[in-house]
Amino acid sequence: MSLNSLESFTHNKYYNWVIKNLFSSWVNSLFTVIAIIFLYKIGSFFLNWAFFEADFRNNFQGELITDRTFCSKNIKPGEFGACWAIIYARWDQFMYGFYPVEEIWRVNLTFALLPLALIGILFDKIPLRKYFIYFTFIYPFIAYFMLYGGPGLNAVGTNKWGGLLVTLFLGVTGIGLAFPLSILLALGRRSKMPIIKSLCVVFIEFIRGVPLITLLFTANVMLPLFLPEGVNPDNLLRALVAVTLFQAAYMAEAIRGGLQAIPKGHIEAAEALGLTYWQTTRKIILPQALKIAIPPIVNTCIGLFKDTSLVLIIGLFDLLGIGRAALADMTWTKLYYEVYVFISLVFFIFCFGMSRYSLYLEKKLKTDNS
Amino acid sequence: MSANFIRRILFDEKSRSILIQALVIGIFAVFIYLLVQQTAANLERRGISSGFDFLGMGAGYDISIRLIPFTSEDTHLRAYFVGLLNTLMIAICGCFLATILGFLVGVIRLSSNWLFRNIAYVYVEFTRNVPVLLQIVLYYSILLHLPKIKQAIVLFDTFYLTNRGLFSPLPIFKDGFVIVLGSFFVAIVVSFFVKRYLKKKQENFGKQYPIFLINSAIIIFTPLSFYYLMGMPIEFEQPVLKGFNFKGGMVIRPEFIGMLLGLSIYTAAFISETVRSGIVSVSKGQREASQALGLKSNFIMKLIIIPQALRVIIPPLTSQYLNLTKNSSLGIAIGYADLVHGFGGISLNQTGRAIEIMLMVMLTYLTISLIISLFMNLYNKSVQFKGNA
Repeated sequence: MSLNSLESFTHNKYYNWVIKNLFSSWVNSLFTVIAIIFLYKIGSFFLNWAFFEADFRNNFQGELITDRTFCSKNIKPGEFGACWAIIYARWDQFMYGFYPVEEIWRVNLTFALLPLALIGILFDKIPLRKYFIYFTFIYPFIAYFMLYGGPGLNAVGTNKWGGLLVTLFLGVTGIGLAFPLSILLALGRRSKMPIIKSLCVVFIEFIRGVPLITLLFTANVMLPLFLPEGVNPDNLLRALVAVTLFQAAYMAEAIRGGLQAIPKGHIEAAEALGLTYWQTTRKIILPQALKIAIPPIVNTCIGLFKDTSLVLIIGLFDLLGIGRAALADMTWTKLYYEVYVFISLVFFIFCFGMSRYSLYLEKKLKTDNS
Repeated sequence: MSANFIRRILFDEKSRSILIQALVIGIFAVFIYLLVQQTAANLERRGISSGFDFLGMGAGYDISIRLIPFTSEDTHLRAYFVGLLNTLMIAICGCFLATILGFLVGVIRLSSNWLFRNIAYVYVEFTRNVPVLLQIVLYYSILLHLPKIKQAIVLFDTFYLTNRGLFSPLPIFKDGFVIVLGSFFVAIVVSFFVKRYLKKKQENFGKQYPIFLINSAIIIFTPLSFYYLMGMPIEFEQPVLKGFNFKGGMVIRPEFIGMLLGLSIYTAAFISETVRSGIVSVSKGQREASQALGLKSNFIMKLIIIPQALRVIIPPLTSQYLNLTKNSSLGIAIGYADLVHGFGGISLNQTGRAIEIMLMVMLTYLTISLIISLFMNLYNKSVQFKGNA
């Protein structure tokens, strides 16, 4: 009986999994022990800091935290937990910047409509996809009207925008504007016309060779010098120009990879059928090339989304910029870790989401081909 | 007649392509002309002079992190070189550290231990999905919260970690040091010839020599023996706490450490992914075949897996080095005096020569990028398939 149970125990799949993955040899067992100790130390410290010992809205005496002097760790020696009250207190700024409070519903509505605008281009097997795609094309106009104002809505200047709003605005608009530009650049780089080809090569390689921050500086300082008097784009627009050109160059390289993967026979066959260059490109080449290029394109998008944080250096208040502004405020200063961990988490959610989507696509494309 | 002629031009591929290109050049030329004219007019109206004469003028600001002497009386040109050296320093140190960390994490990602593998996975996902700027700022603020000078954390009795940086001994090179350094380079050259000689001998006679051991001995012991022969020409000056600060020794400032940590931890996550995919890309059959031939496991790694994995790893590794170098321009956020911070920031504000300065900064980065790609392409060629493949 006991022998029987022992045998069934060794055939247990969980037991086998543990032996195989954690204790296959004595070196492996040692590593497992080290890893468990490491995880316990780091994990318990982080959990205590972030949750168990942390203040959320009230401190350990039950008082509402209105500035940093009320944080438990600033009252009682030995307390070290996070003081998340800064996030609650600054929530509106983190999300909308200095957008007027009574108009915030407009930003919320724009945020809420964004998934509807994206769903049509992200997933191809949803019902009524055609209408979602139509909505994608209308969305920029709705967003502009809602955010900036127009007939019937008060104008809100972009100097009042900030936080996640600016981060998302630069990310989504930058990618949206860069996409058509990058297709043209990628096609131009593969063109047989030497002048068009070299213009595209020089543009792409120049942008890819310099840091984004120099482009942002250039746009910020030099754009007013290049434009006629009176035309004075606001700071956000200047940053958008730099971000768009930057993204277009990187995306063009991703698309070029897709273009190179198309067998020459496809182009020759299309030409033999009498299709013109644009017909061939639109109906034969691009649909295949873009499909192949989607994973690298998504990767450049993740990169751009992270890089939008650089605009704080030219004085815009994106998510990180707002965070630093909060830290510069005397009522909340010194709560660095709370602010930076919160912002990291927001970026992580977006970027990790995008990378998961890219993996999902890769898997799907694989099954489609085999 | 003329309609026919136009049709012939429009429908002939060659003439049409010439026409399109001429049009593009024309538009481009007009665009550039308008841009230059507009800019000149704008500059004149704002009273901004142009030209590169400002490079010879006094900079009037100080740079705290520098490899060559710099005072506020020095010129903007010298400020440019100070910044360039700082950029190169952080880029080289960053690439070095990121490569080591990246290879380590990449190998751990393939470990047979489930926990180790997943700790590495969590590290990779968390660092590459958070902006590098945010990480630099975060690490920098951690460094600024280290203990004050009086309560410095002492490491190995020689290093003092404080909120003003890492204080460490300063090596002082005395007269004979040049000879030690020279013997080191001579040893490297000699070891190169020894390697060639022994390789040839191995090819001819089939006997294996411990080339790596022999050469390591040559490279380590030659300068070491010269070091003792010359009477130990290196002295270390210890930092000593005097009053409110350390005297003597050298200090690695928190700005540098913050940049180094941020850049290398971020880039290492990407490098580890390329390393992992490189090793995975070597087909299973290769390992099985070498096991069947009776090779020992460290030889399998060294002779079979790594040479093939490198072919896949090098190209993406190059672009990671390029990214790290470009990201080093983020020093401006925490006050690391690189090219963009000092020359591209303060000099620009003082002289107002935006166009000239941005042009110089961009061209410098382009040149650095070009040099890195050149060297990595050369290296890449040396690891690619040779022969008729």
